[in-house]
Amino acid sequence: MGETIAFYVLSFLILSLAIMVVTARNTVHSVIFLVMSFLCVAVLYVVLRAEFLAVIQVLVYAGGIVVLYLFVVMLVNLSGEPEAHEDPRRLGLTGLALAGAVLLELAGIVVYSYSREPSAPVAGAAASPVQGNVEQIGWLLYTDYLIPFEVASVLLLVAMVGAIVLARREL
Amino acid sequence: MIDTILEITPAHYTILSAALFSIGVVGVLVRRNIIIIFMAIELMLNAVNINLVAHARQLENMVGQVFVVFIIAVAAAEAAVGLGIILAFFRNKETVNIDEMNVMRW
Repeated sequence: MGETIAFYVLSFLILSLAIMVVTARNTVHSVIFLVMSFLCVAVLYVVLRAEFLAVIQVLVYAGGIVVLYLFVVMLVNLSGEPEAHEDPRRLGLTGLALAGAVLLELAGIVVYSYSREPSAPVAGAAASPVQGNVEQIGWLLYTDYLIPFEVASVLLLVAMVGAIVLARREL
Repeated sequence: MIDTILEITPAHYTILSAALFSIGVVGVLVRRNIIIIFMAIELMLNAVNINLVAHARQLENMVGQVFVVFIIAVAAAEAAVGLGIILAFFRNKETVNIDEMNVMRW
Protein backbone atom coordinates (compact mmCIF):
# COMPACT_ATOMS: atom_id res chain seq x y z
CA MET A 1 0.00 0.00 0.00
CA GLY A 2 2.83 2.33 0.78
CA GLU A 3 4.36 1.77 -2.59
CA THR A 4 1.04 2.52 -4.28
CA ILE A 5 0.60 5.85 -2.54
CA ALA A 6 4.25 6.74 -3.08
CA PHE A 7 4.09 5.85 -6.75
CA TYR A 8 0.98 7.89 -7.48
CA VAL A 9 2.09 10.93 -5.50
CA LEU A 10 5.56 10.85 -7.05
CA SER A 11 4.33 10.31 -10.58
CA PHE A 12 1.90 13.20 -10.24
CA LEU A 13 4.72 15.39 -8.95
CA ILE A 14 7.16 14.30 -11.64
CA LEU A 15 4.74 14.83 -14.50
CA SER A 16 3.43 18.18 -13.27
CA LEU A 17 6.94 19.47 -12.63
CA ALA A 18 8.00 18.29 -16.09
CA ILE A 19 5.07 20.14 -17.66
CA MET A 20 6.10 23.25 -15.77
CA VAL A 21 9.67 22.83 -17.00
CA VAL A 22 8.60 22.95 -20.62
CA THR A 23 6.01 25.68 -20.22
CA ALA A 24 7.63 28.19 -17.88
CA ARG A 25 8.28 31.61 -19.40
CA ASN A 26 11.29 32.38 -17.27
CA THR A 27 14.28 30.13 -17.93
CA VAL A 28 15.41 30.20 -14.30
CA HIS A 29 12.00 28.92 -13.25
CA SER A 30 12.41 26.07 -15.70
CA VAL A 31 15.74 25.13 -14.13
CA ILE A 32 14.23 25.17 -10.64
CA PHE A 33 11.35 22.94 -11.72
CA LEU A 34 13.86 20.65 -13.40
CA VAL A 35 15.86 20.16 -10.24
CA MET A 36 12.69 19.50 -8.23
CA SER A 37 11.66 16.93 -10.83
CA PHE A 38 15.06 15.24 -10.58
CA LEU A 39 14.71 15.03 -6.80
CA CYS A 40 11.28 13.42 -7.18
CA VAL A 41 12.77 10.88 -9.58
CA ALA A 42 15.45 10.15 -6.97
CA VAL A 43 12.74 9.45 -4.40
CA LEU A 44 11.10 7.15 -6.96
CA TYR A 45 14.38 5.25 -7.21
CA VAL A 46 14.32 4.78 -3.44
CA VAL A 47 10.76 3.41 -3.72
CA LEU A 48 12.12 0.99 -6.35
CA ARG A 49 14.85 -0.02 -3.90
CA ALA A 50 17.66 1.29 -6.11
CA GLU A 51 19.31 3.37 -3.44
CA PHE A 52 22.65 3.76 -5.18
CA LEU A 53 20.95 5.21 -8.22
CA ALA A 54 18.95 7.58 -6.05
CA VAL A 55 22.13 9.00 -4.55
CA ILE A 56 23.81 9.17 -7.97
CA GLN A 57 20.77 10.98 -9.35
CA VAL A 58 20.93 13.59 -6.60
CA LEU A 59 24.69 14.04 -6.83
CA VAL A 60 25.19 14.03 -10.59
CA TYR A 61 21.89 15.23 -12.04
CA ALA A 62 20.53 17.56 -9.40
CA GLY A 63 23.89 18.59 -8.04
CA GLY A 64 26.02 18.78 -11.16
CA ILE A 65 24.07 19.05 -14.37
CA VAL A 66 21.45 21.46 -13.07
CA VAL A 67 24.12 23.70 -11.58
CA LEU A 68 25.77 23.73 -15.00
CA TYR A 69 22.48 24.76 -16.60
CA LEU A 70 22.03 27.49 -14.02
CA PHE A 71 25.49 28.86 -14.76
CA VAL A 72 24.77 28.99 -18.47
CA VAL A 73 21.34 30.56 -17.93
CA MET A 74 22.92 33.28 -15.85
CA LEU A 75 25.69 33.83 -18.38
CA VAL A 76 23.31 34.23 -21.30
CA ASN A 77 20.87 36.29 -19.30
CA LEU A 78 19.07 38.36 -21.92
CA SER A 79 17.06 41.36 -20.91
CA GLY A 80 14.41 40.73 -23.50
CA GLU A 81 12.25 37.63 -23.65
CA PRO A 82 13.61 35.23 -26.27
CA GLU A 83 10.14 33.69 -26.56
CA ALA A 84 7.69 35.84 -28.39
CA HIS A 85 4.38 34.11 -28.01
CA GLU A 86 3.23 35.83 -31.15
CA ASP A 87 6.26 34.55 -33.00
CA PRO A 88 4.97 33.25 -36.32
CA ARG A 89 7.83 30.77 -36.57
CA ARG A 90 6.62 28.99 -33.43
CA LEU A 91 4.70 25.87 -34.34
CA GLY A 92 3.03 25.18 -31.02
CA LEU A 93 0.10 23.10 -32.16
CA THR A 94 2.20 21.07 -34.57
CA GLY A 95 4.64 20.27 -31.79
CA LEU A 96 1.83 19.23 -29.47
CA ALA A 97 0.29 17.06 -32.15
CA LEU A 98 3.59 15.34 -32.88
CA ALA A 99 4.22 14.74 -29.19
CA GLY A 100 0.73 13.30 -28.94
CA ALA A 101 1.63 10.94 -31.77
CA VAL A 102 4.76 9.86 -29.88
CA LEU A 103 2.67 9.22 -26.77
CA LEU A 104 0.18 7.16 -28.77
CA GLU A 105 2.99 5.08 -30.25
CA LEU A 106 4.49 4.46 -26.82
CA ALA A 107 1.08 3.55 -25.41
CA GLY A 108 0.59 1.15 -28.29
CA ILE A 109 3.93 -0.49 -27.59
CA VAL A 110 3.09 -0.84 -23.89
CA VAL A 111 -0.36 -2.30 -24.55
CA TYR A 112 0.98 -4.69 -27.19
CA SER A 113 3.84 -5.97 -25.07
CA TYR A 114 1.64 -6.54 -22.03
CA SER A 115 -1.18 -8.22 -23.94
CA ARG A 116 0.91 -10.92 -25.48
CA GLU A 117 1.50 -14.21 -23.79
CA PRO A 118 4.63 -13.91 -21.71
CA SER A 119 7.54 -15.48 -23.50
CA ALA A 120 9.93 -17.87 -21.86
CA PRO A 121 10.92 -16.27 -18.58
CA VAL A 122 14.17 -14.45 -18.74
CA ALA A 123 16.83 -16.44 -16.97
CA GLY A 124 17.38 -14.58 -13.76
CA ALA A 125 20.84 -13.32 -13.13
CA ALA A 126 23.12 -15.76 -11.45
CA ALA A 127 23.23 -15.23 -7.73
CA SER A 128 25.60 -12.39 -7.17
CA PRO A 129 28.48 -13.12 -4.83
CA VAL A 130 27.73 -9.99 -2.84
CA GLN A 131 24.65 -8.65 -1.12
CA GLY A 132 23.38 -5.15 -1.14
CA ASN A 133 22.53 -2.72 -3.91
CA VAL A 134 25.83 -0.83 -4.11
CA GLU A 135 27.88 -4.00 -3.84
CA GLN A 136 26.00 -5.74 -6.64
CA ILE A 137 26.32 -2.77 -9.00
CA GLY A 138 29.99 -2.47 -8.14
CA TRP A 139 30.53 -6.16 -8.75
CA LEU A 140 28.94 -5.95 -12.19
CA LEU A 141 30.82 -2.78 -13.09
CA TYR A 142 34.17 -4.30 -12.27
CA THR A 143 33.71 -7.80 -13.71
CA ASP A 144 31.21 -8.04 -16.57
CA TYR A 145 31.14 -4.38 -17.59
CA LEU A 146 34.70 -3.33 -16.96
CA ILE A 147 35.37 -2.21 -20.52
CA PRO A 148 32.28 0.05 -20.77
CA PHE A 149 33.25 1.44 -17.38
CA GLU A 150 36.70 2.40 -18.60
CA VAL A 151 35.32 3.73 -21.86
CA ALA A 152 32.87 5.86 -19.88
CA SER A 153 35.71 7.37 -17.91
CA VAL A 154 37.55 8.20 -21.15
CA LEU A 155 34.32 9.73 -22.44
CA LEU A 156 34.06 11.94 -19.37
CA LEU A 157 37.66 13.03 -19.83
CA VAL A 158 37.01 13.92 -23.45
CA ALA A 159 33.86 15.82 -22.49
CA MET A 160 35.73 17.74 -19.82
CA VAL A 161 38.49 18.75 -22.22
CA GLY A 162 35.93 19.65 -24.87
CA ALA A 163 33.87 21.80 -22.53
CA ILE A 164 36.97 23.68 -21.36
CA VAL A 165 38.15 24.28 -24.93
CA LEU A 166 34.71 25.43 -26.06
CA ALA A 167 34.22 27.84 -23.21
CA ARG A 168 37.56 29.62 -23.44
CA ARG A 169 37.70 33.25 -24.50
CA GLU A 170 39.98 32.66 -27.44
CA LEU A 171 40.12 29.38 -29.27
CA MET B 1 -10.05 -2.57 -12.37
CA ILE B 2 -9.37 -1.49 -8.81
CA ASP B 3 -6.78 -4.23 -8.76
CA THR B 4 -4.96 -2.63 -11.67
CA ILE B 5 -4.94 0.71 -9.90
CA LEU B 6 -3.84 -0.57 -6.51
CA GLU B 7 -1.21 -3.08 -7.53
CA ILE B 8 1.85 -1.31 -8.91
CA THR B 9 3.44 -3.35 -11.70
CA PRO B 10 6.32 -2.38 -13.98
CA ALA B 11 3.64 -1.46 -16.52
CA HIS B 12 2.73 1.50 -14.32
CA TYR B 13 6.31 2.67 -14.35
CA THR B 14 6.45 2.21 -18.10
CA ILE B 15 3.38 4.39 -18.53
CA LEU B 16 4.93 7.03 -16.29
CA SER B 17 8.11 6.81 -18.35
CA ALA B 18 6.16 7.16 -21.61
CA ALA B 19 4.29 10.21 -20.31
CA LEU B 20 7.49 11.86 -19.11
CA PHE B 21 9.16 11.09 -22.42
CA SER B 22 6.36 12.68 -24.41
CA ILE B 23 6.48 15.77 -22.20
CA GLY B 24 10.16 15.97 -23.10
CA VAL B 25 9.27 15.61 -26.77
CA VAL B 26 6.80 18.50 -26.44
CA GLY B 27 9.56 20.59 -24.91
CA VAL B 28 12.00 19.83 -27.71
CA LEU B 29 9.49 20.48 -30.49
CA VAL B 30 7.67 23.56 -29.21
CA ARG B 31 10.16 25.70 -27.34
CA ARG B 32 12.54 28.06 -29.13
CA ASN B 33 15.00 28.60 -26.33
CA ILE B 34 17.95 26.24 -26.80
CA ILE B 35 18.50 25.83 -23.06
CA ILE B 36 14.91 24.72 -22.49
CA ILE B 37 15.37 22.23 -25.33
CA PHE B 38 18.42 20.78 -23.61
CA MET B 39 16.47 20.48 -20.38
CA ALA B 40 13.68 18.65 -22.18
CA ILE B 41 16.29 16.21 -23.50
CA GLU B 42 17.34 15.58 -19.90
CA LEU B 43 13.69 14.85 -19.08
CA MET B 44 13.62 12.25 -21.83
CA LEU B 45 16.76 10.59 -20.47
CA ASN B 46 15.19 10.49 -17.03
CA ALA B 47 12.11 8.82 -18.46
CA VAL B 48 14.27 6.07 -19.94
CA ASN B 49 16.08 5.67 -16.62
CA ILE B 50 12.81 5.19 -14.73
CA ASN B 51 11.78 2.48 -17.17
CA LEU B 52 15.10 0.65 -16.88
CA VAL B 53 15.14 0.74 -13.08
CA ALA B 54 11.57 -0.51 -12.82
CA HIS B 55 12.23 -3.51 -15.04
CA ALA B 56 15.56 -4.19 -13.36
CA ARG B 57 13.73 -4.38 -10.06
CA GLN B 58 11.09 -6.70 -11.47
CA LEU B 59 13.55 -9.11 -13.07
CA GLU B 60 15.95 -8.88 -10.10
CA ASN B 61 18.76 -8.20 -12.55
CA MET B 62 21.20 -5.46 -11.64
CA VAL B 63 22.32 -4.95 -15.24
CA GLY B 64 19.47 -2.48 -15.72
CA GLN B 65 20.82 -0.32 -12.95
CA VAL B 66 24.35 -0.55 -14.35
CA PHE B 67 22.96 0.69 -17.66
CA VAL B 68 21.35 3.62 -15.85
CA VAL B 69 24.73 4.53 -14.33
CA PHE B 70 26.17 4.69 -17.84
CA ILE B 71 23.24 6.73 -19.11
CA ILE B 72 23.73 9.25 -16.30
CA ALA B 73 27.45 9.50 -17.09
CA VAL B 74 26.77 10.06 -20.79
CA ALA B 75 24.07 12.63 -19.98
CA ALA B 76 26.51 14.55 -17.83
CA ALA B 77 29.12 14.55 -20.59
CA GLU B 78 26.54 15.62 -23.17
CA ALA B 79 25.25 18.43 -20.96
CA ALA B 80 28.75 19.79 -20.42
CA VAL B 81 29.71 19.78 -24.09
CA GLY B 82 26.30 21.02 -25.26
CA LEU B 83 26.34 23.95 -22.87
CA GLY B 84 29.88 24.76 -23.96
CA ILE B 85 28.66 24.89 -27.53
CA ILE B 86 25.77 27.17 -26.51
CA LEU B 87 28.18 29.50 -24.76
CA ALA B 88 30.55 29.60 -27.71
CA PHE B 89 27.67 30.35 -30.05
CA PHE B 90 26.23 32.99 -27.75
CA ARG B 91 29.56 34.75 -27.66
CA ASN B 92 29.43 35.22 -31.41
CA LYS B 93 25.74 35.87 -31.97
CA GLU B 94 23.83 37.22 -28.99
CA THR B 95 20.87 34.88 -29.15
CA VAL B 96 19.55 31.65 -27.67
CA ASN B 97 16.65 31.39 -30.07
CA ILE B 98 17.17 28.38 -32.28
CA ASP B 99 15.31 30.00 -35.15
CA GLU B 100 18.16 32.48 -35.36
CA MET B 101 20.87 29.81 -35.11
CA ASN B 102 20.67 29.07 -38.78
CA VAL B 103 24.09 29.96 -40.15
CA MET B 104 27.31 28.06 -39.85
CA ARG B 105 29.52 31.12 -39.81
CA TRP B 106 28.70 34.38 -38.22
